[in-house]
Amino acid sequence: MAIIHVKNVSHSFGKEKVLDNVNLLIQEGEIFGLLGPSGAGKTTLVKLIVGILEATQGEIVISGKAVPSLELLTDIGYMAQADALYSELSAKENLQFFAQIYRLKKQMQRERIDNVLKVVGLSDHANKTINQFSGGMKRRLSLSIALLHQPKLLILDEPTVGIDPVLRQSIWSELRKLKEDGMTIIVTTHVMDEAEKCDRLAMLRDGRIIACDTPERLKEKLRVSSLEDVFLAYGGGNL
Amino acid sequence: MRISAIVIRIIKQFLRDKRSFALLFIAPLLVLTLIWLVLDGNEYEPAVAYDTLPPFIEEIFHSQFSGEIEEMSETEANAKFQDGELDAFITFENMELSIILEGSNPTANGAVLKNVQDILKSLNKEGMGEPNISYYYGSEDINIFDQVGSVLVAFLVFFFVFILGGISFLRERTQGTLEKLLSTPIRRWEIVTGYLLGFGLFTVIQSVIILVYSVYVLDIWMAGDFWQLLIVTLLLAITALTLATFLSAFANNEFQMMQFIPLVILPQVFFSGLFPLDTLDRWIQIISKFMPLTYGADAMKEIMIKGNNIWDIWIDLFVIFGFAIVFFVLNILALKKHRRL
Repeated sequence: MAIIHVKNVSHSFGKEKVLDNVNLLIQEGEIFGLLGPSGAGKTTLVKLIVGILEATQGEIVISGKAVPSLELLTDIGYMAQADALYSELSAKENLQFFAQIYRLKKQMQRERIDNVLKVVGLSDHANKTINQFSGGMKRRLSLSIALLHQPKLLILDEPTVGIDPVLRQSIWSELRKLKEDGMTIIVTTHVMDEAEKCDRLAMLRDGRIIACDTPERLKEKLRVSSLEDVFLAYGGGNL
Repeated sequence: MRISAIVIRIIKQFLRDKRSFALLFIAPLLVLTLIWLVLDGNEYEPAVAYDTLPPFIEEIFHSQFSGEIEEMSETEANAKFQDGELDAFITFENMELSIILEGSNPTANGAVLKNVQDILKSLNKEGMGEPNISYYYGSEDINIFDQVGSVLVAFLVFFFVFILGGISFLRERTQGTLEKLLSTPIRRWEIVTGYLLGFGLFTVIQSVIILVYSVYVLDIWMAGDFWQLLIVTLLLAITALTLATFLSAFANNEFQMMQFIPLVILPQVFFSGLFPLDTLDRWIQIISKFMPLTYGADAMKEIMIKGNNIWDIWIDLFVIFGFAIVFFVLNILALKKHRRL
């Protein structure tokens, strides 16, 4: 069942067209990847889905409700490409702040904060201020904030940039677990091996979707062995 | 090579930031123009009233005094002092002139005294002593600092709250946390209110510190009630805060936020009563009516120098509060740029 319906969406910043007539159906409970080089329009597309940007043309419907909607935002966890953290606060204080924004109950707040810190492996650094965090730690904390309120839809913009391979593995296995619990996950990436892990994949190039299917079928159709070749075959050029 | 690469990069960046570029040239001109406008006003013509002057002195005053002069009773004069329409009241008793100066406006005091002394020079032949000078508001102990101090306090509160509030709200945007916040179901007015209250707390502390320091340490002239003054200061601080957070929506970085100082803050200083406006062109007086600091400075003056109560100056307070509400609403609307809901 499609949970997200992107219908004929185009978006321009001034004169520059960033998205050109994008159509997508994202199924409930799948990990959906948006693959493309930087500047392809991935971030714009996810911001449109969250509702912090509004499409110049077309519409986006999530669970039968038109975006933007405050009601929908309750069910969306968004992790931006840039870490949105208060650098003077500690990791825990950052989490507490957003837990309060989501109006989690006191008891629930404690449970969830412990839980998400464990998921991203930051339990030992909970009381450090963000100033002392490395780039990878900031990424992980941003992810934990997106998971905090147990959203039905998780939207991650380049979530594993600056994260080492071991932790990247553990984050992906966590995403699998979340998916099994019924969460729908949208991930943007420009890394091929991450794209392989998605259930389905949309390839984005210059604001257009050049291909959309499961990684296996994308490769099968063109009889190539890697997603990179698929991308090249559809005229995507190098990533 | 590295150095020239940096230089070229900086030049490019600067040229692309059209506002910073324009400000570098236009702002100094603006400030220069303002100072010129203020200092180049016509000579102040005081309004003076008298009673019980001997006919020959009355005649000399009428022929030589440059300014308004008319006869009225002391009761009438007192009423006019309170309305701020009179600069001095002159009486004659026991062969001595007594001058009551209004006291809150240094330019007016000076203009009256200079005028009277010029006239007395021509009278001195007839064996008259120096005039007795007294003050309706304040006393001769009141100095320039006391007189501009009340305005200065209002300005300082306004200025620092503006900088502090504006830049922190801006940082919320530049560090991406505003976007993150807007991806949660928070409402725009909640964000603005949160900022107002959070910073409101600091402005309370700031106002108390500034007031305590000026009243008790600098021993500035203070005829009114401290707590009432604090209320006025706070209202003004809230206006500065709402203005700053609103304007920060139109700045892309801290530097651009600073650019609002010569555009928004400095003009208010010039027109807020540090310099008398009565002598200036009408259009400048009209502009000053649209500036929150005009009302703030007036309210501070009324309490600190004249010892009035806040209910005497409710119009000032009402206008200041009105500004705050308007900026608050505009701020919420400005956030629409980031999320429609």
